[in-house]
Amino acid sequence: MASTQSVDQQSTGIPFYRDERILKIVAQVISTIVIIGLLIWAALNFLRAAEARNMTLTFGFLKEAAGFPISNPPIKYEPSMSFGRAFFVGLVNTLIVSVTGIIAATILGTLIALARLSTNWLLNRIALVFVEFNRNIPLLVLLFILYFVIFQNLPRVKESIVWPGPIYLNQRGIYLTWPRLTETGMIFVILFGVGVVLAIIAYSVLRRRRELSGQNTYYGQISLGILVVSGVLGWVLSGTPFRLSYPELQGFNFQGGLRLTPEFSGMFIGLTTYTAAFIAEVVRSGIQAVDRGQIEAARAVGLSTMQVLSLVIMPQALRIIVPPMISQYLNLTKNSSLALAIGFQEVFSVGKIAINQAGRAVPVFALVMLTYLALSLFTSLVLNIYNQRIQFVTR
Amino acid sequence: MRKLLTLLSILVMSSLLLTACGGGATEAPASEPTAAEPSEPQPTAAQPAETAEMTEEPGTTEGPAPAAQGGGILEAVKARGTLICGGRTDLAGFGMLDDAGNNIGFDIDLCRAVAAAVLGDPEAVEVVPLTAADRGPALQTGEVDMLSRNVTWTSSRDAQWGNFTIIMFYDGQGFMIRKDSGITSTDQFDGATVCVTSGTTTEQNLADFFRQNNMTYEAVIFEETAAVYGAYEEGRCDITTSDKSQLASVRSGFADPDAHEILDITISKEPLTPAVPHGDDAWFDTVKIVMFALINAEELGVTQANVEEMKSSDNVNIQRLLGQEGDWGYSDLGLEPEALANAISAVGNYGEIYDRYMGPEGIAFTLPRGPNRLWTNGGLVYAPPVK
Repeated sequence: MASTQSVDQQSTGIPFYRDERILKIVAQVISTIVIIGLLIWAALNFLRAAEARNMTLTFGFLKEAAGFPISNPPIKYEPSMSFGRAFFVGLVNTLIVSVTGIIAATILGTLIALARLSTNWLLNRIALVFVEFNRNIPLLVLLFILYFVIFQNLPRVKESIVWPGPIYLNQRGIYLTWPRLTETGMIFVILFGVGVVLAIIAYSVLRRRRELSGQNTYYGQISLGILVVSGVLGWVLSGTPFRLSYPELQGFNFQGGLRLTPEFSGMFIGLTTYTAAFIAEVVRSGIQAVDRGQIEAARAVGLSTMQVLSLVIMPQALRIIVPPMISQYLNLTKNSSLALAIGFQEVFSVGKIAINQAGRAVPVFALVMLTYLALSLFTSLVLNIYNQRIQFVTR
Repeated sequence: MRKLLTLLSILVMSSLLLTACGGGATEAPASEPTAAEPSEPQPTAAQPAETAEMTEEPGTTEGPAPAAQGGGILEAVKARGTLICGGRTDLAGFGMLDDAGNNIGFDIDLCRAVAAAVLGDPEAVEVVPLTAADRGPALQTGEVDMLSRNVTWTSSRDAQWGNFTIIMFYDGQGFMIRKDSGITSTDQFDGATVCVTSGTTTEQNLADFFRQNNMTYEAVIFEETAAVYGAYEEGRCDITTSDKSQLASVRSGFADPDAHEILDITISKEPLTPAVPHGDDAWFDTVKIVMFALINAEELGVTQANVEEMKSSDNVNIQRLLGQEGDWGYSDLGLEPEALANAISAVGNYGEIYDRYMGPEGIAFTLPRGPNRLWTNGGLVYAPPVK
């Protein structure tokens, strides 16, 4: 009691400019004013400078003809189309490489993590080397090695390496034999699609019923049965839904099949292996964080190895894995902008060209930033929802 | 604006001082008087604001001052003591590095000529290497005083980027192919893969050419020139395309130059022209006149070697060019009478610059002058008189 009194006396005794509580508030207010002031100053200065140089800050140019080509556009694109269309083509490329990269990196990363946890010495060491190699080399260097050293030094078109499949490897890309839909193929696709939806509904409804009533509803077998039946039915009704398309040498290049350009392949492999190394560590730490006692207890109550994994380890590990995994996915998406260096035309490299051809640096950069921001926020939103769903349900 | 900046710096400083006070109670008595005395932090805060403005001048980030837009570049260059020139280091003949690591080339010599005329010292040049895609914004924002980086002069660039001075190199776009590819004419281009630099007129011409001829192609596009030709040489592309001078330049650097052929066809006009930022007429005139002088010097037979003795020539046109008689405009531009003579003695006349890099004995490669001969020899190179 006596001590608080003395403190009170002290604080009332000192002038306000020595009072720590007041000073803290003042410091906060001043730094807020300074930061806001700097931002306003920067914005005003920017607008004035832009005006002085006749730099237009409008987006009207997006409707003008772009005039420049884009290599291997994934959707229809001609140089006579607009800047907006060119930008969209770039966005599609970004999405393609990010989505395929995220899927592949997750699968590869999980496998590497399992290998890293394996008691098999060789497997364990291989996984260790993979992780340390990929995460200790800058991605840009990795991309240059992949593209300029490996893909550019593949043989010429006429001397392509042939792998069974056939898969052709040459400087112009990787050519895979690929199934293409025939005219009646849509029947199969539609029927199978309906089957997938039905299977998912059956799975969740029947599973819920089992959880509520405790009766065995055979949810796994029933939904698998729906899948098989719809697939077979579709196949029979459409005759031959798919025809294999083989790459063949015509003129300068191979035609037919599925072609992965060296630019895309370099980018895809680079992003996948680089991010997989990080994902592997995330997954490994998540799995190792599950208490050993949990596993022992699960075994003790007689769960099988698969049940231990799917009912005990994974639900707990996922809660730890998902948040850092979101960061890895965002990194992968943003890292795709490095494609500029190896000639894969995603949104940033198309943006850079547009700046040069249209002379609108500021609007284009704003557009590029907004695009990445939107992509990242969307990714985090989806994954955060997922993250919430897998958290502990407290009743 | 400056007042605001000063105010802000004072605010920052005082807030720092205050937090320092709040943190260490023992130090408080020492720092208190400084905070109370307003005269102390004020000059220190004003000073950085002033220096910031000085360094920003060439970039003209501070828009409103008349010095920035209405004739500030020459003063800024003189105050700085160096000319900032947008160039390149990766194109033999135009902008490259010599064995000692110096930036040399046709385009670089044009910058050196301007530096010699304005500052009296051809070495007072800071060359900023720019990629094709970066050069427009660099000029637009005034990051460089002068852009001499084989830029094609087009109407839209003239409207957006800056002022284009005078065509210093007449070029046209061509195609380079591998001799063993079996291609002999452009009719056989359908379906070919073409390597091209992004952000160039070349890229657009290529698209137009294939569209007009109803042919398809696959473009492989890089921002770095080195990557474009690297990919072509490795065989990623069947064809590469650019200005013919650039193709000749690049071919000279290939492992086996004889295995490649530059086709005879020219598909575009590429007038390569040095440019300056918009909004400073006096600076625009200065750079233009230095270019005129280099061309006039060749016409009048003034060379790097004989410029001193030519100062006492009987020819009144030479006398005027070298600043010995009359005023070629120096007093209005604020230059020395012998500014142009300095430029010529620094880099030589137009023909000498050309031959140094691309002549029969050229450092980089040999390219016949063709349209780049003087108008008196049947070429296109022609400049207004200096008088």
